Amino acid sequence: MAQTLYDKIWDEHIVKSFDDGSSLVYIDRQMLHEVTSPQAFEGLELAHRKLWRRNSLLATVDHVVSTTDRSRPLEDSKAQEQFETLEKNVAKHNICYFSPQDKRQGIVHVIGPEQGFTLPGITLVCGDSHTATHGAFGALAFGIGTSEVEQVFATQTLILRKMKNMRIRVEGELKEGVGAKDLILSIISNIGIAGGTGHVIEFTGPVIERLSMEGRMTLSNMAIEAGARSGLIAPDETTFSFLKGKPYAPSGDGWDQAVAFWKTLKSDKNAVYDAEITINASVIEPQVTWGTNPEMCGGITDCIPDPAIISDEIRRSSIERALNYMGLKSGQKIEGLPVDQVFIGSCTNGRIEDLRQVAQIAKGRKKAANVKRVLIVPGSGLVNEMAEKEGLDKIFIEAGFEWRMAGCSMCLAMNDDKLQSGERCASTSNRNFEGRQGAGGRTHLVSPIMAVAAAIEGCFTDVRPYLKGEK
Amino acid sequence: MEKFKKLTAQAAYIPIANIDTDMIIEKKHLKTIKRSGLGKWLFAELRYDVDGKPVADFILNQKPKAQILLTGENFGCGSSREHAPWSIMDFGIRVIIAPSFADIFYNNSYKNGLLLIKLDKENISKLAQSADEILIDLNAQTVSNSINSYSFEIESNIKDILLGGIDVIEAILQYSHDIKTYEAAHFKRQPWINGEINA
Repeated sequence: MAQTLYDKIWDEHIVKSFDDGSSLVYIDRQMLHEVTSPQAFEGLELAHRKLWRRNSLLATVDHVVSTTDRSRPLEDSKAQEQFETLEKNVAKHNICYFSPQDKRQGIVHVIGPEQGFTLPGITLVCGDSHTATHGAFGALAFGIGTSEVEQVFATQTLILRKMKNMRIRVEGELKEGVGAKDLILSIISNIGIAGGTGHVIEFTGPVIERLSMEGRMTLSNMAIEAGARSGLIAPDETTFSFLKGKPYAPSGDGWDQAVAFWKTLKSDKNAVYDAEITINASVIEPQVTWGTNPEMCGGITDCIPDPAIISDEIRRSSIERALNYMGLKSGQKIEGLPVDQVFIGSCTNGRIEDLRQVAQIAKGRKKAANVKRVLIVPGSGLVNEMAEKEGLDKIFIEAGFEWRMAGCSMCLAMNDDKLQSGERCASTSNRNFEGRQGAGGRTHLVSPIMAVAAAIEGCFTDVRPYLKGEK
Repeated sequence: MEKFKKLTAQAAYIPIANIDTDMIIEKKHLKTIKRSGLGKWLFAELRYDVDGKPVADFILNQKPKAQILLTGENFGCGSSREHAPWSIMDFGIRVIIAPSFADIFYNNSYKNGLLLIKLDKENISKLAQSADEILIDLNAQTVSNSINSYSFEIESNIKDILLGGIDVIEAILQYSHDIKTYEAAHFKRQPWINGEINA
C-alpha cells in the first residue's frame, strides 16, 4: 500500500503493537535541557532504574541562560539550581553536554540540526513543544512532557497511538519580502491553532521544495502552533547537503548508505492523507499577529477584525479578551502601530539566514528613537561565531541594536530578557500568549525582516519598500 | 501514581477557549527541580492581582475546594511543560472537562493521574449552570449531577492506567526483551543511528 513519509517512519519504529490500537514505539534520539529534565532524572533514580542508551542523548542549557553574562553562579538562585542539577545529572550518566562556555551551546532546536544529531527518518523527542522543528529534516520529532522524558531514559520507547496524516501543499510562489515565517503564520490563521490537533502535518509542494533548510525549520517549528505535534518535510538534496560533514552525521560509506535509505522516505505518489489543504503562497503578504495566540493574525495592510461578527460566545469573548490585553480596537490598522521593543532570535528565527536578512536591511540604518531596545539573539554559539565572521554584529551594533549570546532569551523570558507590562514588541518568536515575553507584555509575531523594519521605523510597517530600494 | 475510580466534587467553570500552558503556570515558576508545590501558582495571573492579593471574583478563589474544572475548547495548548498538570493536581483538581484538549497536555495529564474528559460545550455549559456537585465514574464512563448524565469516551489503555494507578515505565519494562530484539534489527538496517554521541 502507498505510504506517507509519516507512515514509513512510524512503521520502522514499532517495537510492538497492542490490541487496543496503541503501539510501543522506539525513540532514536532525545535532546535535554535544564527546565524539563530534572524531575525525569529524579524519577529514574528514585526507582533505581538505568539509562537505556546514553548515545541517544544530547544535553545543553538554553532556557534560563543569560545572553549577556556567562559567569557563575547565576544571580537567580533557582535558575542556578536547574543549571547545577543538569550538570550533575549529565556527569553522573556520562551524557554528551554543551555548557554555556562551549561555542556549540545554543537552543536545542538550533544545535540538533547544526551537529547532525537530527537526521532524516529518525524519531527524536525533547521535553519541549518546539521539537517539531526537526521535522524539517524528515524526522518524526515531537515534544513530550517530563514523565515521557523519564520513560525514554528508562525504556527508549513511548506508548503512542498513530496520528492522522495531514498534507499541506503549498503552491505558487512566495513574493519578495514574504518568507517561511509569513507562510506558517498564514497557514495557522487559516486552519486555526487546533487545526492540526491529532495529526502529523506534512508540508509539500513546489514552495517547500525551494525553501532553504532554515526556512523549512521555521515552518516545521510552528506546526505545534497549529496543534500538530509534528510537521514533516521530505528529505531531499537540500537536506543532504545541509547535513553532509556535520559532526554526528554519518560519514564515508556510512553517508552513502544513509542517503540511499533517506531517499526512500518520501511519501509515495498515491499515498492517502486523512486531511488535505492547499495553500496559494502567491497571495500571502507579510504577516503580523494582533492577538494572544498565533491564529489571531493578518497581513500588514489588514485591519484588526471585529469580534462582534463571531457567533460562538466563547470564541468571541476570547478575541475581546485578546484585544483588551493587547490594547487594540477592532478596525484599527496594524501598520503604524508603535513598538517599544524588538526581539530577533528564538528556535523559530535565530539562524544565520535570518540574521543575514536582518543585517541587509539594518545596514547603514538606525533604530528609531522610540524603540527602547532591539535584541539580536543568535540561536547558537556557532551562529554567533558565523555572524561575527561575516561582520553582521558590527552592522547591528552600529544600528543601535544589542548583540547577544545564544539562548532562548525573550522568546519566553525565563532569563532576564523580558518586556515590561504594557510594552509592545515585534518578535520573531513563536508564541504571543498573554505574558509570554513578560507579565503584561504585548507580543506581535513577525518575520525577521518585518521585525527589523519595525525597529527602524519605530512602528509596524511593510518591509517590501525597503527591499525594493524605495526606502 | 494514585488510582482514579470515582469522584463526587464541586466544579469550577472557566469559560475561556484555548487556555494555554503559560496561563496555567507562568514560566517564572518553571525554575524548579521538583514536581510538587506548584498549586499555589496555578492560573496565577488570573488568581492574584498585581500586589499578589487574591482576585475576589476569580472562580478558583471562590471555590478553592473545587476538584473538577469545566472549561473551553483546546485546553492546554502551547508548551510541553508538565508543570501544567502538576500545578493543577497540586491545587487539588482531579478532573478537567472541556470540548477538546491539546495533544501534549492530554498525554502529560493522564500520566499524573489527572483525568481529562471531552464533552460537548452545550453539555459543559449545562453542568456549569447547576451548583450541584458532579459525580464522575471512570469505570462507567459517566459524568452526572442531579439533573443530567452524560457518557464520555476514553481510550482503554489510558482508562486502565488511571483506574489501576499503573506505573507506565514498569509496564513497558516487561517488554525489555522485545525492545532489545527490535533495537538490534533497527541498527542493522540503519547503523548510523547508533553512532557515538560524545562532546
